[in-house]
Amino acid sequence: MRYIEPHAHMVTRTTNDYQSLAMAGCKAVCEPAFWAGFDRSSVGGFRDYFMQLTEYEPRRAEKFFMKHYSWICINAKEAEDVGFAREVMALIPEFLEKSNVLGVGEIGLNKNSVNEVKIFQEQVEIAVKYDQLILVHTPHLEDKLKGTKLILDMLQEHSGVRPERVLIDHVEEHTVRMVVDAGFWAGITLYPESKCTPPRAVDMLEQYGSTDRIWMNSACDWGVSDPMALPKAIMELRKRGFDDAAIDRFVYQNPVRFLRQCPKFDLIDSDAV
Amino acid sequence: MDARSKLIDIAAFMDRVQRSGETDDYRYQMFLQALQGLDSTNRAEAVLGLFSDMTADPTQVATPGPASGAWKEEA
Repeated sequence: MRYIEPHAHMVTRTTNDYQSLAMAGCKAVCEPAFWAGFDRSSVGGFRDYFMQLTEYEPRRAEKFFMKHYSWICINAKEAEDVGFAREVMALIPEFLEKSNVLGVGEIGLNKNSVNEVKIFQEQVEIAVKYDQLILVHTPHLEDKLKGTKLILDMLQEHSGVRPERVLIDHVEEHTVRMVVDAGFWAGITLYPESKCTPPRAVDMLEQYGSTDRIWMNSACDWGVSDPMALPKAIMELRKRGFDDAAIDRFVYQNPVRFLRQCPKFDLIDSDAV
Repeated sequence: MDARSKLIDIAAFMDRVQRSGETDDYRYQMFLQALQGLDSTNRAEAVLGLFSDMTADPTQVATPGPASGAWKEEA
């Protein structure tokens, strides 16, 4: 079955994972810039990473007939050093011009600190200035509820932010309603332990899926995560009685509708949306 | 069967914590509090809320290390 993987950190994954995604029906993979598992020591380290996201990964995906798109930013975890973060942010406009870059992301909060808030707001300004889509990371575990509220407040206070052009990711049962009620898109991340299982994701789709502003993703990275999480969620949807048309809406059409707001998202499928 | 298995896992986890004498750990205490969420109508939301930081203002500095899963109020 065709689907889009709208959030995957493929730089951390093997070529076998690309092959598995393609064989499972994945048509496109979208890769936000994120924390590498260690703090980078120089702006040059980020430049190399952004080159990897915009030049090298698309070629890896292409070998398996998949499109690869990326998002550019400095992540929240490395935003605590404001001076360093600003040096990295100076690279962003150059990379927004790359042909596979969909917008600014995944910006957001990690530990809800004053400096993270500052850098989040500055990156929102960049996105607004360059008329970019925004992908937002919400914090982990006990920090998620507070961080999501802070993020929503900041986005809603900004007159230049259009909610339909912002996806707030990693929602769970205690945050999904506030995100969709505010008019933003919501991403449900399928993680074995720390985020959401396929049955819980489908519970949320049953309650909020009619908004058509929800997608699911694996957010697979260097940690305990599963690039095959979306096919497993598709299986859960089938178990609950969703037909092919409904499943296609959740895993293909919804992501396409959000992402094609960026003209560079040029995925062509015979019966796209 | 899946829910039964997970419930037994939780029971065994609680036995294990008790045997190891770590029931005073703040994470376990938060876990016990979060069980109260099972008495509500929106149980998943309630349990997640009971583990969460309910303060409103940003912290002055990011705390080191990863999130633990249960909020601990700083003394």
